[in-house]
Amino acid sequence: MAFQLLLNVFLGFMWMLLTVTFEPVAFLKGYLFGLLIIFAFRRFFHSRFYLLNVIAVFKLIYIFVRELILSNIAVVKTVLKPKLDINPGIFAYPTVLEKDWEITILANLITLTPGTLVIDLSPDNKILYVHAMDINTKKESIDSIKNTFEKAIMEVGR
Amino acid sequence: MIEIVKLIVLFLIMVGAFLNLVAALGVIRLPDVYTRNHAASKASALGIMSILLGTFLYFYFINHHFNSRILLGIAFFFLTTPVAGHLIGRASYNSGVKLWDKSVQDDLKRSKNNTEIRE
Repeated sequence: MAFQLLLNVFLGFMWMLLTVTFEPVAFLKGYLFGLLIIFAFRRFFHSRFYLLNVIAVFKLIYIFVRELILSNIAVVKTVLKPKLDINPGIFAYPTVLEKDWEITILANLITLTPGTLVIDLSPDNKILYVHAMDINTKKESIDSIKNTFEKAIMEVGR
Repeated sequence: MIEIVKLIVLFLIMVGAFLNLVAALGVIRLPDVYTRNHAASKASALGIMSILLGTFLYFYFINHHFNSRILLGIAFFFLTTPVAGHLIGRASYNSGVKLWDKSVQDDLKRSKNNTEIRE
């Protein structure tokens, strides 16, 4: 992905040199033409067309913001409830992600989900230990949410 | 236009202050370190971020001053608060702070015991 991006920037500069106009607009024009060229030659790269990765990154940021707002609503509800009916506990969550940065992003996402907080990661990077605010009702739904997270993260890393 | 912006700014800053208040209340009310960590790391993160966003919009639309430092501050808070919450939780677990006595489940303890037995 990084190589394709660098190639695209290079093509943008190439356009500036070819047209002898050194302005940001000329660079933008060259960048767009370069995008077309890279799309046309996408089968020669090892990774996929990089615009798809960019879209996946934006999707991930959207998920981050949405989860942050939802988790805040959940925290406000638990704290301001007159009776304290929480059932905390730590459960193990086996992850399928392998690279370090993917696991970091997953841990951050889990920490920002309603009612969960990552406590520890097992030494072989396979299991995340998650502290949950309410362990009875939330476990299944949290697992399904995390499957969508893992899918979104894998989409970025593909 | 300016009035609408002022209303949005007012809303953002009030929500941020409210969330920070809730975070402080949660730190007082909740029973143990881990549940307090929930309140402190989530509510205060969004609270500070929305206060900063309100400040940014105010200076951008009313004084026509684009302050990129505020946007950077939002980005840094967004990235660092979950990590800080995780580190505090992990440090307190490793130094032996007990969970609340009504806690239901503790998978981490079991796995720690297993590794000790294996060693």
